[in-house]
Amino acid sequence: MTDRLSRRQIAWRAARDLADGAYVNLGLGMPVLVSDHAPVGREIMFHSENGIVGVGPVADAGAADPDLTDAGSRLVTLAPGAALVDSAEAFAMIRGGHVDVTLLGGFQVSAAGDLANWDSRSRVKGRLVGGAMDLAVGAKSVRVLMAHTTREGDARLVERCDLPLTALSAVDRVYTDLAVVDVTASGFLVREMIAGLDAAALRAVTAAPLEFADDVAILAPPVL
Amino acid sequence: MIDKRVSGVAAALAGLETGARVMVNGFGGAGLPIALVKGLGAGGAGGLTIIANTLRMIESHAPELFTERRVTGAIASAARSRGEGTAIFEQQIFDGALACELVPQGSFVERIRAGGAGIPAFYTPTGVGTELAEGRELREFDGRPCVLETAIRADFALLRADRADRWGNVACAGSQLNFAHAMASAATVTVVEVHEISAEALPPHGIDIPGIFVQRIVEIPREDSA
Repeated sequence: MTDRLSRRQIAWRAARDLADGAYVNLGLGMPVLVSDHAPVGREIMFHSENGIVGVGPVADAGAADPDLTDAGSRLVTLAPGAALVDSAEAFAMIRGGHVDVTLLGGFQVSAAGDLANWDSRSRVKGRLVGGAMDLAVGAKSVRVLMAHTTREGDARLVERCDLPLTALSAVDRVYTDLAVVDVTASGFLVREMIAGLDAAALRAVTAAPLEFADDVAILAPPVL
Repeated sequence: MIDKRVSGVAAALAGLETGARVMVNGFGGAGLPIALVKGLGAGGAGGLTIIANTLRMIESHAPELFTERRVTGAIASAARSRGEGTAIFEQQIFDGALACELVPQGSFVERIRAGGAGIPAFYTPTGVGTELAEGRELREFDGRPCVLETAIRADFALLRADRADRWGNVACAGSQLNFAHAMASAATVTVVEVHEISAEALPPHGIDIPGIFVQRIVEIPREDSA
């Protein structure tokens, strides 16, 4: 079996599915890496819920403007064609169905597409919900990037989430370090797997039934 | 004559007393009114309810608000510190000393916008099926369940922007605007710190927050607002 994908390789794979002209919101963590791997020749407008449509690359240290941040509080630049708005309007874009895709991190995704991604029930760090619940109900397509299992080896693709939910029946596709999995009306459908992994091995690290597409492809990103 | 300029942080915060509900703008450092937050810390008011997207920046600029237990309530979408360890505000929430209502960020700003726009409540699909909507009124629209969210208002709103004129019109730079427009509309007294008060009226098409929502403007040198 080839190695599990790195975080950048998962981000690379998710970026392949972004169409030219798409308006895309990237969540904290792995999703923000996606903008580094946008396919050449496609103009993708990155939306940030603090009030930017058209986030550009992170600013060089010398040229950074402390009053221009993205939703992850990174100091950023603006892309050509960018617009600055207020938070209420940025969320109107989300809830109003104007954002084509949101890429979110996840703790668990259920076979019904329920998402748990905001509260790990820590007693050390406080709780942060941010815009995840609005994005999960509002974006036209909701896709999740996460490791296939926890550090302890527990499955993250489950029949029912047991962590606090972010949204019900929201997720369309999941990119993991082992596979690309769609959420369909009848549950999880595997589209791609890394080389050398077979159905039994993937089922062994998944806590819900898996169906496999007739043409399951090999998930093979470049070295990143 | 309309002149909303005041001199100094103390005058800007006059009348902010114990028990006040205080909105604070800011996303990351953008639009965070650092001089006014420090002034809030230096003042004596307690029993405060802070309405801000995140509490971590307020603790980092005015820790005495939390060490002296002067914040007893909060409405926020993020109540988590950065890095390792537990911040004072996090520990106070864990202990029950600080009652923090966590609100999805889009509903947070829309509730404030509603407060400023005279809309007492609205329905949204955000949060349905989650613990943040537990026990709340649900209603279906076009087959989709939605939760009732109520408006938020405050006694004070504290903002930072780029420029203002004596009429209270405000122009922002970068991503400073974030929650500022909604908060300015929803507070009884809105105070804006800016680096520069323009002697002339700002160009009408370049105004991000109209002066009708603003009561006080205070000029703060750049070095005192970082």
